Amino acid sequence: MTLENTEMATMKNRPSRRTLLTMGGLALIGLSGCQRKMVFNGIDVSGSEQGRDFELKDPEGKTRTLADFKGKAVMVFFGFTQCPDVCPTALVRAAEVKQLLGKDGDRLQVLFVTVDPERDTPEVLKAYTAAFDPSFIGLYGDLQRTAETAKEFKVHYEKVSTGSSYTMDHTALTFVYDPSGKLRLVLRHQQSAQEFAQDLRKLLL
Amino acid sequence: MTSIFRFAAVALALIASSAHAQITVKDAWVRATVPQQKATGAFMQLQSAKDTRLVSASSPVSPNVEVHEMSMQDNTMKMRQVPAVDLPAAKTVELKPGGYHVMLLNLPGPIKEGETVPLTLTFESKAGERETVEVQAQVRPLNSGSAPAEHGGHGSKAGYAH
Repeated sequence: MTLENTEMATMKNRPSRRTLLTMGGLALIGLSGCQRKMVFNGIDVSGSEQGRDFELKDPEGKTRTLADFKGKAVMVFFGFTQCPDVCPTALVRAAEVKQLLGKDGDRLQVLFVTVDPERDTPEVLKAYTAAFDPSFIGLYGDLQRTAETAKEFKVHYEKVSTGSSYTMDHTALTFVYDPSGKLRLVLRHQQSAQEFAQDLRKLLL
Repeated sequence: MTSIFRFAAVALALIASSAHAQITVKDAWVRATVPQQKATGAFMQLQSAKDTRLVSASSPVSPNVEVHEMSMQDNTMKMRQVPAVDLPAAKTVELKPGGYHVMLLNLPGPIKEGETVPLTLTFESKAGERETVEVQAQVRPLNSGSAPAEHGGHGSKAGYAH
């Protein structure tokens, strides 16, 4: 192969001016696209047919729906107070998220929906959520309402007997609403308070 | 007769206590409960000089104590009683949120922060020899993460990093 040929080959492989311009243009479009579409740590479920609303009772017996929390970001977690592990960890994290948000922490409402209303009486629920943060609210329904609510959120739960008692398998995801009352994100249990807070800051902008 | 039995009991206890030295339990703690809450978990670090397994636990504060494992499958939390937790020789096995724990069930009263909960842990060797270890587990607040109390400041990432 002559030197000339090699030079030619290199020239051929070099991207043309037009290609470069197109690539640059695409990159720009990509960038502006990023600016418009927010990137979250959680799963973006905006517009999906789930968690559209709920109607549950708070420990004072007052009926609560999403409309009660308009203007605030809302985090909903399903669980039960006999849970030694995942539920307290989720609520400890929720309290930490609230702290990480600083002043905006007041614009976050945390709701804990029990999947075990048979044992989670209003008294237990109230004391339980207050142990993590006095602003957190425990919500419950009767068995049918609990089942309907879980179905709306695509949350799975199941009573499983254990030696002397029973435990509840349940979906350990946190559902996040924006201040207009739209379900936007689903965050996983493995995600950190920092990751939760980053997403909430974007929703609270 | 009685004295013979007593002698035998003391002798057995001595044998048992010398075996105990082989198993160490560190940072044992129990999560506090609120009134009417009927269950909670106990967590700790276990280490044994020889291969053994934790087969059961008991406590005067709870009529039902079980060894459980938490697992996450497709974002669903599952808790199951396990027959045993293996302790390979010289390896620290942690019972911590996100994994194994000792469940205290059907609690007759609340477990209060600052108190201690006595736990009796029963271990079984491969040869089938059983030994027990007594532990005083500290009661930590309900809102404790999984990090040891002394590291459990605010912003403690350790609580969730599994």
